[in-house]
Amino acid sequence: MATEKQLLDPRHWVEAHADYLYGYALPRLNDEEQAKDLVQETFLAALERKEKFEGKSSERTWLTAILKNKIIDVYRKRSSGLKMAAVKEAEEELQDFFNADDGHWNKAHTPQPFGIENQDPLQDKEFNGIFQKCMQKLPALWMAVFTMKHIDDAATDIICSELKISQANFWVIIHRAKLNLRACLQRNWI
Amino acid sequence: MNPLKKIQYNCRQATFLIEKKQIKKLSFREVIELRIHQAGCSACRLYDSQSRLIQQMVQRLFLDSVQSSASHLDDSFKQELQERIEEELNKK
Repeated sequence: MATEKQLLDPRHWVEAHADYLYGYALPRLNDEEQAKDLVQETFLAALERKEKFEGKSSERTWLTAILKNKIIDVYRKRSSGLKMAAVKEAEEELQDFFNADDGHWNKAHTPQPFGIENQDPLQDKEFNGIFQKCMQKLPALWMAVFTMKHIDDAATDIICSELKISQANFWVIIHRAKLNLRACLQRNWI
Repeated sequence: MNPLKKIQYNCRQATFLIEKKQIKKLSFREVIELRIHQAGCSACRLYDSQSRLIQQMVQRLFLDSVQSSASHLDDSFKQELQERIEEELNKK
């Protein structure tokens, strides 16, 4: 319906959406300068194609979609070349966690209780800080896969085609990223 | 070793299924395998609950970031951005 059509108001963008877009990009990139750059690029790209805006979604949703694509470009750049190395590393390091012969947890990596299971762990400042540091330690490609899946809930085949990885590699990375994150929490918290 | 014996003692495979489960529906066979394993493995039961806890924390962290004041742009950057946009608009 024409009356419900959303309109663009570029003069209003910075005030209305800049902080939101920055907040969206920052944890996904973990890099303030790069996040700022992408906010700017998003606005400029949006201006260039504002005729293509059909008014079907809100202005913010439309801008976020443009930003999302730019973030994926960054992921791709960051992980190209390192890709096979990262997957191989993931596979090899799995052996640090489990015995090679029977696949059982080895002694050093067996899960231990965090001791905060009954409360909201992010309320604990120290735990929160450790958690963020552990996230930052994940390799770029893992972080990309992990975020696209768990935060943006992208379809698995889209992630694979956009990051140019196989389904098998996707699962290795998902598995490994979580094992790693959990181990990092255990190491630094308990 | 028969296949069920294999999963019974294989935490590597069990943790893989625990991760997969959070993304995709497991096959009937996988569900059974994981149940059998977890029935006898307290480490993997703990892993399961911690894994889901971590999942929630990750999601929260990202949501909070959109709202938190830590992720606000500074005014001078915003002003530059505004000027840039005006400039582009006036070109046309």
